[in-house]
Amino acid sequence: MEQTNFQLKKQDAQSHEWETQLHHATKATREDWIGRGISYFCIGIIILVVASMLWFITSKGIATFTQNHVSLWKFLSGTNWAPDQGQIGALPMIVGSFAVTFAAAIVATPFAVGTAIFMTEISPNKGRKFLQPVIELLVGIPSVVYGFIGLAVIVPFMRHLVGGSGFGIISATFVLFVMVLPTITSMTVDSLRAVPRFYKEASLALGATRWQTVSRVILRSATSGILTAVIFGMARAFGEALAVQMVIGNAAIMPKNLISPASTLTSQLTTGIGDTIDGTLPNNALWSLALILLLMSLFFNAIVRVIAKRGQLKHER
Amino acid sequence: MNKGSKLAMGIAALSVLLVGCGKATSSTSSKGSSEALSGKVTAVGSTALQPLAAKAGANFTTKNSKVNLTVQGGGSGTGLSQVQAGAVSLGDSDIFAEEKAGIKADKLTDHKVAVVGMAPVVNKDAGIKNLKMAQVKQIFTGKITNWKEVGGKDQKIVIINRAQGSGTRATFENAVLKGATAVKSQEQDSNGAVQKIVATTPGAISYLAFSYFTNKLQAVSIDNVTPTDNNVQTNKWKIWSYEHMYTKGTPDKATAAFLKYMDSKDVQNSLVKDMGYISIHDMKVTKDAKGVVTQN
Repeated sequence: MEQTNFQLKKQDAQSHEWETQLHHATKATREDWIGRGISYFCIGIIILVVASMLWFITSKGIATFTQNHVSLWKFLSGTNWAPDQGQIGALPMIVGSFAVTFAAAIVATPFAVGTAIFMTEISPNKGRKFLQPVIELLVGIPSVVYGFIGLAVIVPFMRHLVGGSGFGIISATFVLFVMVLPTITSMTVDSLRAVPRFYKEASLALGATRWQTVSRVILRSATSGILTAVIFGMARAFGEALAVQMVIGNAAIMPKNLISPASTLTSQLTTGIGDTIDGTLPNNALWSLALILLLMSLFFNAIVRVIAKRGQLKHER
Repeated sequence: MNKGSKLAMGIAALSVLLVGCGKATSSTSSKGSSEALSGKVTAVGSTALQPLAAKAGANFTTKNSKVNLTVQGGGSGTGLSQVQAGAVSLGDSDIFAEEKAGIKADKLTDHKVAVVGMAPVVNKDAGIKNLKMAQVKQIFTGKITNWKEVGGKDQKIVIINRAQGSGTRATFENAVLKGATAVKSQEQDSNGAVQKIVATTPGAISYLAFSYFTNKLQAVSIDNVTPTDNNVQTNKWKIWSYEHMYTKGTPDKATAAFLKYMDSKDVQNSLVKDMGYISIHDMKVTKDAKGVVTQN
């Protein structure tokens, strides 16, 4: 149909055809519109989902303060968590979350940076063939498996090593250490690879040893990338729920040391949510914990952006 | 054209099917249980009741293949709030709806389907087989912190609680602490986790439903009463609770039939006992929502 029409037109009036072609969208243009439509639609949906999640968590999370009239300061600084009795001091969980996050990052970073240096500078071949798959494998292991290994191996080990029940921040730290290691390592590898080749060449040409080159040139110029990697690792540690819950002991007490049971925001959420009733204080209090988690991950993202910006400026200069 | 006619036929077929379904259900309601039941039943809530409900549900659907029955966990709180919201047909709970803040118990109908006994369990190393009720209370309120104070080894007591709001914890605290506040301690969110941790942690004490006892941990007698089904039936053993299935308003045909099946001899005399629960028909006492026990 279309073809005969086309031919007819061609015979009838060539000029008329040009005119229609110029006044009507071609097939390619229409495809363009459709493609754009599809991607706008997808973006729209994603934005809608993110926005409604933010709104949902925020509105539920502030209900503790607006409906149950708990003061924000009491919530953030109180140390007694007994929602059934109306006591919702969240400080023990906040401290617990930060403690495991920082401890895991501090333990994991040297190992991650060391591995990354090995993979990029010392033995790139072995790194690519052997270490890369190993690290990718670590990422793929589900967190419940880490938690189970933690419960079966790390907790008894800690019990023999330091006494007590074995549950606590230290056990959570070691489980999280293994979990954030791949994140920090692979991102550090990327940032080390991004260091311009001539930096290294210039350093070696000036007579610096390999170690001097690595420690004073490569690591120095990749600092912002490494910091970003560490913060991504911390964000993962902060949000991890299941594995931590299985080894930390879930006691809503202010942590006094690393070997007594403690709890994190996430572990309190997962243990508590099934036993609370919608719209009551214990349920709202858990939403408030979720809101803290959300704000913290936004905060981590913001830091990453600031660091990335600064790093860029430095390279340009 | 072709497409259109296919669509029309599809719609026709679908409407015939729907009408057929409608007829089937209406005839069930008029003629009673002789016709095949159909419908959708969802039971959500207590993880303590879940295994029994799931097994009974599977048996029920083999007899009534047109009923689509799903059993899910989620916790007693979830069960009660979901049935209150009308989201599910049955809300499974370890505790009376009256005991849970935020639940309007007068809007719900209670169906007791089984009884569960619970007992303190300790790690075998502690060397404890019997405790006085007062001692159990002192341990969980933090007054006694070493097993040697109650005749065991010189070993620190590690308390493992269930999560706040858990039905098992509520039952235990009602029977043992009687209003006193438990000392802050470790909290675990399932019977399975408690079972594993008590078995492996020296000095650990917690509490479990009878069906979770294993030979790797020591169930403790209280005041020389052993935690057995017989002692629960006479209320000599005080720590027990009903397993409830709550409905809101009048249950539909399929739900009502399932509740009837749960109460039948088929379930109560074999399945309930096989799975470590206690039949409600065997109970010689009745407990109300306030915890008052009366002889039957």
